[in-house]
Amino acid sequence: MQLLIDVISWIAIVGGSFFVVTGGVGILRLPDFFTRLHAVSMPDTLGIGLIVLGLVLQAGFTLTSVKLLFILLFILFTGPAATHALAKAALHGDVEPVLSEEEDAPSNS
Amino acid sequence: MRHIISLFVFLFAVWLLFSGYFEPLLLTLGLISCAFVVWIAVRQDVVDHEGHPVHLRPLRWLSYSLWLVGEIVKANIDVAKRIWDPKLPISPTVTKVPAEMYELSQVIYANSITLTPGTVSIDLNNNVITVHALTREGAEELARGEMGRRVQRVGRQP
Repeated sequence: MQLLIDVISWIAIVGGSFFVVTGGVGILRLPDFFTRLHAVSMPDTLGIGLIVLGLVLQAGFTLTSVKLLFILLFILFTGPAATHALAKAALHGDVEPVLSEEEDAPSNS
Repeated sequence: MRHIISLFVFLFAVWLLFSGYFEPLLLTLGLISCAFVVWIAVRQDVVDHEGHPVHLRPLRWLSYSLWLVGEIVKANIDVAKRIWDPKLPISPTVTKVPAEMYELSQVIYANSITLTPGTVSIDLNNNVITVHALTREGAEELARGEMGRRVQRVGRQP
């Protein structure tokens, strides 16, 4: 039983780390500021979620797990606020989003 | 008054969970500090339906959260695939999504959009959310309005 929990928790932690690394790769590969915002929202959601899930499985039914879940909750609440602040600042700083060509350009005010 | 009592109970529950102390002296100190925080919040006039939304229906909130987690997992896998794809198959799009609802629902809606990888809400004006999407499919998915309808079911006007 302990072995099963360990295996699941390690799969979750490694999976979460994979999404965090993917976020970093996305920042390097994507072309402009706005598309990079999409990359960083991956570690913020599934990355941290899976890592916390793995840690909670290690901690079991304790107050430590509760604190870990609160950390997850706070990050899920503050992440979008920070992303939105960055996006709005970029918009007001006249950063033009790179858009896909095959479409008639929509007005971005 | 409903908000004040609910805020106090909520604060004290969080205090218990964070501290894990159950001795009478520390419990009393915890109660006093919670009461102090509630007093400050009342003086700042932030204890209302916006600062402490008790009118959201818990069960609907829970079912919406579970649905959102499912959407986030799907979107994460999709965006991760696109990033690792050598051809980088993205088509960045800016769309406008109608959000005819009251403020708290708009906030939940915009935050849910941002929380889902592949879509970021960049502006909210006149009940319209401007969304930057990583792919055209993501923008079309949002335009179908499934998320908006679910958000409207969670929050009702206080």
